[in-house]
Amino acid sequence: MALKILGISAFYHDSAAALIEDGYVIAAAQEERFTRRKHDAGFPSHAIRFCLEYSGLGLENLDAIVFYDKPFLKLERLLETYYAFAPKGVSSFVNAIPVWLKEKMFLKDLIRKELKKLGDWHPERTKLLFPEHHLSHAASAFYASPFSKAVVVTVDGVGEWATASVCLGDGNKITILHELRFPHSLGLFYSAFTYYLGFRVNSGEYKVMGLAPYGRKDAESTRKYTDIILNQLIHLYDDGSVWLNQTYFSYATGLRMVPDAKWEKLFGFPRRKPEELIEQHHCDLALAMQQVTEEAMLRMTRFAYHSVSDGEARKNLCLAGGVALNCVANGKIWEQGLFEKIFIQPAAGDAGGAVGAALAGHYIYFNQPRQLSDSADRMNGAFLGPEPEEKEILKVIRKYGAVAHHFPDDRSLLAETASLLAKGKVTGWVQGRMEFGPRALGNRSILADPRIPDMQKVLNLKIKFREGFRPFAPAVCAEDASSVFDPPLVSPYMLLVGTVKKEYRFSLPENYTDLPLFERLYIPRSPWPAITHVDYSARIQTVHRETNPLFYALLREFKYQTGCPVLVNTSFNVRGQPIVCSPEDAYICFMATGMDALVINRHLFLKEEQTEKDKNKFSITTQPD
Amino acid sequence: MEFLKDLFRFLMQRKKWWLIPLIIFLLIIGILLVFGSGSALAPFIYTLF
Repeated sequence: MALKILGISAFYHDSAAALIEDGYVIAAAQEERFTRRKHDAGFPSHAIRFCLEYSGLGLENLDAIVFYDKPFLKLERLLETYYAFAPKGVSSFVNAIPVWLKEKMFLKDLIRKELKKLGDWHPERTKLLFPEHHLSHAASAFYASPFSKAVVVTVDGVGEWATASVCLGDGNKITILHELRFPHSLGLFYSAFTYYLGFRVNSGEYKVMGLAPYGRKDAESTRKYTDIILNQLIHLYDDGSVWLNQTYFSYATGLRMVPDAKWEKLFGFPRRKPEELIEQHHCDLALAMQQVTEEAMLRMTRFAYHSVSDGEARKNLCLAGGVALNCVANGKIWEQGLFEKIFIQPAAGDAGGAVGAALAGHYIYFNQPRQLSDSADRMNGAFLGPEPEEKEILKVIRKYGAVAHHFPDDRSLLAETASLLAKGKVTGWVQGRMEFGPRALGNRSILADPRIPDMQKVLNLKIKFREGFRPFAPAVCAEDASSVFDPPLVSPYMLLVGTVKKEYRFSLPENYTDLPLFERLYIPRSPWPAITHVDYSARIQTVHRETNPLFYALLREFKYQTGCPVLVNTSFNVRGQPIVCSPEDAYICFMATGMDALVINRHLFLKEEQTEKDKNKFSITTQPD
Repeated sequence: MEFLKDLFRFLMQRKKWWLIPLIIFLLIIGILLVFGSGSALAPFIYTLF
């Protein structure tokens, strides 16, 4: 009988649940989407309830429930760290220990108590398992990949002790070959800069990545920052492992990532306060740090490649862990050309640990054989969440007195939507199952025409209410990708960065480098300015007919009507809010922002047709994220 | 009780006996923190840190 296993990640950030049956991921969702609290760290009751309802199972039907890390091992790290750094760290100790004593130390009981609220559960039949954090990440990447053998690399802030690992995946086995251990961590190194540059740790890292291209590669300040980083903060070894000079980091025992005063002395400017103006030196520092991170990732994957002698495994690379969301570094790894194929877990951060924990339970604890029947991965395009039901949409229409047009078939819906997009209308697009992971991949997306010169500005400031420097990603049919972008790549989860092909690049004005930061931003660089970043890079999503036929057809229709093969695809949310989940979330977000149209299943809502009274009723809170 | 068993098994497996005094210390502090807040024990806790 097929094993049914529930995976859980919780209590740190990005809580999530995933349900697998016979090794296939049936359902997975992040708790934040239901509670509407971004990065919700609470026990994922809503996500578990969804997974069970979707699969038609109760807790009593499960063979195992698997939590994504080992609490005692984490406690060991905590105690040993405080012991090693004592008497430093008292204030952090006083803050951390009560939380541990009240709940984290008794996690098993806490999980049982929370599960009991969700239904009958029989501990004697259903195992409660705790694989290691990095094993959960490795499992989320390897077992969900289409590869029978692969090199597996995981990199994040910290799990129990490990902060990065190199593994060999072979059949149903994962062998950990090398580990990097706390406090030396590439993820925490990145987060330290995220903090110093005024963004939120565990949330703003991708903003730093987006900021880096505004840095000046050849500038004296960038060179100086790189030297300081490499000479004072971090030692980068040939195998990609890092040693962090703890004199300049305070995360091990303090309540902040870094000692502000010491860093100010090092870099010559104070920590940027959240929401403060971004200046050139911030961008230069982001660039210097991003380049060091990329170098570490390149070395680590190279080392991983050479650590494995199996020729078959060396063809494939699997990546997971929060740092694997750094699509610029991923793009460089791909360009390096060592591996023939790369699979990056779409929920590479801690949320994906839920999938990995469940898969580790299936293949490692229950020792189930791994059969791969085709070349597709096991993530179903990351479309693993709830889908909008007709009755929910009709309820929204009734509740808000919304005006909607219903289309009888996909063809007419696609023709109208593509036509709206071609007229410059920014359109919310809610179809099918919600994505699992941080990226919207065409089911909970805001779409727009990338050819319109001020589209990036409009989307950032009037619709997403976020920082003006943030770039947008292109969605392109897989077959068209290589005609627009270099190098040729398959990037269904928007986790690889490429560049706009040379022949499409516009030359820049002569005085370009003298222009102020934000003036440089709005100079068109290609026929698709909204998706071309300042360094001509683009975080590409290749859309595949097999995993998302409707979105694929929309891109085709848009190309047919306009000749343009690309659409802007950004997540359907505003700053500080989770991506919308239900039709009601989508309608509220649509009404509260400058979006022009909203499509949910075959219902089209046009902003101009909604009554003025209704528009004023909606407000949405944006928060720093 | 199960918690203590699990903890003992974990320490056996990891051979980290030296952590026992730390954990006992932690548990005592924990008890003081849980039961001591707002009571006569509170000043004792503050002097510890």
